[in-house]
Amino acid sequence: MIAFILRRLVQSVMVMLTVALVAFALFRFVGDPIASMVGQETTLAERDALRDLLGLNDPFLVQFWNFVARAAVGDFGISYRLQQPVMELILSRLPATLELALVSGILAFVFGVGFGVYTALRRGNWISGSIMTLSLIGVSLPTFLIGVLLIWVFAVELQVLPSFGRGEVVQGGSWWRTGMLTESGRASLILPAITLGLYQMTLIMRLVRAEMLEVLRTDYIKFARARGLSNRAVHFGHALKNTLVPVITITGLQMGSIIAFSIITETVFQWPGVGALFINSVRFVDVPVMAAYLMLIALVFVVINLIVDLLYYAVDPRLRIDRANARH
Amino acid sequence: MAEPLLSVRDLVVEFPTRRGTLRALDKVSFDIAEGEVLGMVGESGAGKSLTGAAIIGLLEPPGRVAGGEIWLRGQRIDNLPREAMRRIRGRRIGMVFQDPLTSLNPLYTVAQQLIETIRTHMDVSDKEARARAVALLDRVGIPAAARRIDDYPHHFSGGMRQRVVIALALAAEPELVIADEPTTALDVSVQAQIIDVLKEICAERGASVMLITHDMGVIAETADRVAVLYAGRLAEIGPVRDVIQAAEHPYTVGLMGSIPTLTQAAERLTQIPGAMPRLNAIPQGCAFNPRCTRVMDRCRRDRPELIARSGARHVACWLYDSAKETANV
Repeated sequence: MIAFILRRLVQSVMVMLTVALVAFALFRFVGDPIASMVGQETTLAERDALRDLLGLNDPFLVQFWNFVARAAVGDFGISYRLQQPVMELILSRLPATLELALVSGILAFVFGVGFGVYTALRRGNWISGSIMTLSLIGVSLPTFLIGVLLIWVFAVELQVLPSFGRGEVVQGGSWWRTGMLTESGRASLILPAITLGLYQMTLIMRLVRAEMLEVLRTDYIKFARARGLSNRAVHFGHALKNTLVPVITITGLQMGSIIAFSIITETVFQWPGVGALFINSVRFVDVPVMAAYLMLIALVFVVINLIVDLLYYAVDPRLRIDRANARH
Repeated sequence: MAEPLLSVRDLVVEFPTRRGTLRALDKVSFDIAEGEVLGMVGESGAGKSLTGAAIIGLLEPPGRVAGGEIWLRGQRIDNLPREAMRRIRGRRIGMVFQDPLTSLNPLYTVAQQLIETIRTHMDVSDKEARARAVALLDRVGIPAAARRIDDYPHHFSGGMRQRVVIALALAAEPELVIADEPTTALDVSVQAQIIDVLKEICAERGASVMLITHDMGVIAETADRVAVLYAGRLAEIGPVRDVIQAAEHPYTVGLMGSIPTLTQAAERLTQIPGAMPRLNAIPQGCAFNPRCTRVMDRCRRDRPELIARSGARHVACWLYDSAKETANV
């Protein structure tokens, strides 16, 4: 078990180093950073001096090492555009994105599993049919369109929910500014969370349904019924638990996508999160912010994958024995 | 004679399909007495497993009981509400399935599955249920039961898992155990042990057994009576010795004749020519008539009912009709 975690950690570090290489390459290939920092009147001598000062004349490996060493302690330099430390910028935007991602992730998981189980158990009745048909919309409509439609219905026509922004925000922790504690903050969260989570929800729902149908056909479910266990015990105790391994995998990956691809939703709703920050950075070729965002998203995926692997162990005892045998 | 434990009367099981309804079991009737072991034999697709599934109320949809009655100790059980039938499953009728490798839920320990089953049917504490579970495992021959009970199914071998399955099926002390090919998926060397365990425990507790198999050797050693199914119909039923040694229905005769023996050195194995008809093409009259060596006109026209013969035996064959066929009326 510990050997497994260690091996996974080493792999994670390798992934992060690879991503760091890509992020680092951004600096070198997305134009000359000096050119975007200085004005037109700067002399060549001054430019060279600045280049030297920033260490841009050092050998590649030295520069890369410096980048990684600084990134490891959260130092991604100064934003070209906003002239603030990148880490500070990201941290100030991160709570908005995380709150949005967390709420939509939980919505997607709870409703996805719920609807998935329901449609698997009540196959053929009209409610299941309607849910399955509606889920097609969730899968096939692009996120921005869903967002715009929701704004049109709930903000423009019905005027019950705000169409943009985060509402009133209060200080939740030392650097955590939360919208969860105010009414306008919670109201503002509803539409973006639905927009962001709808696709993930339909995906999880369709997966849970397919897995449930598969598991319900197995011999151990038949045997559980033959022992007279209640439907509830059979469906939720025996069947649902056996569908969890693939569901955890997909949910984990989707959780990563929710954070990484909140860009579109944040743009549609002008949500002040890291996604919106990233989009603006791309527009102004703000390379340090782009590089930091890349690293951050990679870190999110790596951490989630690690958690998913550990959850496998918790759910499926067969994996535990296989590892134990492999060590002999 | 005392009231039978299980009584099946004219059981019909049908599968509605797009191209009409298939009759998988057609008017099957038999009894199982208290403490009796009834063997159920026949080819694949003859309806053996279906009979078991119908009795315990677990037919796979769209299959359904379309006619007949099933009585368990004087109580009719084929038309019970779902919840009432669930209480009978496991508590009064236990079932052992064919493949022990897939019968156990891989995510729960043996203890969890046993205790859950016991506590579903009996009002006992967790501790008592656990003690019972250990005793059961010990009884079905799992060494160091108290320690191994907390293992997961994948820690056990195939034979051991089938013992666990038997323990689970018997956990709530059912009066009837339906064993659906309990040894087919097992290694030959452990088949006999599993059958012995099953037979002993059921005898000990006075439980009756319906043993579904196509292994005539197992039937010969284990069953008191044997029922032969062909194309969803009962061909012959009677005491195991009579049926095996002096079969009367031509199908049973062929079935027994096709069992190879060690003493006779034959070039080829004997077989019954032809194949069992598909459910949508069962011939008129006796279902066996196209393959029968002693077929008569009447067999192609009228379906034979079970005819009582000497020594509690019944045969569905016109050969044994006492009222000899009169000329075509």
